[in-house]
Amino acid sequence: MKPPAFRYHAPTDLAEALDALDGVGHDGKVLAGGQSLIPMLNMRLAAPAHLVDINGLAELSYVRTDPGGVAVGALARHAEVEADEAAHAVVPLLRQGLRLVAHPVIRNRGTTVGSLAHADPSGEMTAVLALLGGSMTLARKGATRTVAAEDFFLGPLESCIEPGELAVAAYFPRLPGRTGTEFVEIARRHGDYAMCGVAAAVTVDDDLRITSARTAYLSLSPVPLVLDLTDALIGRTADTAEWNDAATLAGASLEPEPDIHATAEYRAQLARVLTVRALRTATERAARVEPNPTAPSTTDERSA
Amino acid sequence: MTETQIPTEQRLDIRLNVNGVLRTATVTPRRLLSDCLRHDLGLTGTHVGCEHGVCGACTIRVDGKPMRGCLMFAVSAQGHEITTVEGLADADGTMHPVQQAFRECHGLQCGFCTPGFLTVVSAFLEENPTPTEEEAREAISGNLCRCTGYQNIVKSVLRAAEITHERRAEQAEGDAR
Repeated sequence: MKPPAFRYHAPTDLAEALDALDGVGHDGKVLAGGQSLIPMLNMRLAAPAHLVDINGLAELSYVRTDPGGVAVGALARHAEVEADEAAHAVVPLLRQGLRLVAHPVIRNRGTTVGSLAHADPSGEMTAVLALLGGSMTLARKGATRTVAAEDFFLGPLESCIEPGELAVAAYFPRLPGRTGTEFVEIARRHGDYAMCGVAAAVTVDDDLRITSARTAYLSLSPVPLVLDLTDALIGRTADTAEWNDAATLAGASLEPEPDIHATAEYRAQLARVLTVRALRTATERAARVEPNPTAPSTTDERSA
Repeated sequence: MTETQIPTEQRLDIRLNVNGVLRTATVTPRRLLSDCLRHDLGLTGTHVGCEHGVCGACTIRVDGKPMRGCLMFAVSAQGHEITTVEGLADADGTMHPVQQAFRECHGLQCGFCTPGFLTVVSAFLEENPTPTEEEAREAISGNLCRCTGYQNIVKSVLRAAEITHERRAEQAEGDAR
């Protein structure tokens, strides 16, 4: 349980980091929080020849909120994003998802951008970015590109980050007014990887009738899966919605794989049940969100 | 790098601030912080259990925040204030309220997991000085006790909060005199 040998690089600014990554190419790996990478090294599931430690890049340690959404720098720890009140007011789904990421101690070190770059289909942040239609900013020496969430995830533990590139930021856009969100999951043990998780976003009109309902799933597919369930719920309110119709519609699009933690059938059942729970709470919350997205509501607390 | 080339492993001189003392060591970059504390600095209070971040035995405080010692490299810990279980008690030997509470409430049996619990709980009570039982359980959810002594550990967390308040009250009374 000790990591294999590697060459260590400790750049002190972004330019140095991109130089180092450019120099090591395919043999290099970025070390940010290390809460996924170091276990993989300790278990010898990964053995990069070079590690580029970006913990010295203070310039990437930020959470910036504007009326349109939240930009999270590569060195912002999960706990910092979770605690950020401005970010919570604009994109409440962030905190709703982050509180389910491992345990608080892991969130003190692990980074939000790092968990996206890790592209684990069981990672809560992958579903959050996918449901919100967010994007990643990838930098390399001399060039920067922005990749939409739907193009970013390629497969389990595989993103479109190329050798020499560094994921410098993630952008989580704000959803339209009168949109409520929720994130629920079921794990064998509190804080473990979820057997299934569902993020939901529901938009209602001024009469509180559903105009849009979308969900994203964890641990059910190789890349985060986003479903549009509006057809099953359109025109309904929180009181009149036939939630099971939405669950059935979702179930038709899900093809979970069995593994040692759950059979495919059980996982599909969890997905249907959690779809209902997430949609119901999101719909109730939507009523309390201001219709005008420039006036953030602060009533959408997760304790509600 | 060709296959015939045998790489010489890099070694780095590092300076770590541990429990308020500046310490130096020469380590390979892959030296885990938990191993560096134990083997290079002789601070064996930090225990090593699973070495992949699950058990919590190696939890230390980095700039006050609890983190896994086995999921950090010693080289990355430079420039930060590290507190291990050895750094919890006062210089005169007075136990930290969390340590005293674990003793009073039988919060430990074999003691292996205890350093991780003490560091986590000491940080938790600074953030939340009057936790409910539910909050106490949530706070220790990332630490495993294989003696399964959780009931008494939860009691210890709540008792530690009381002791902290008692000591503060005594202090205030002493100051008033």
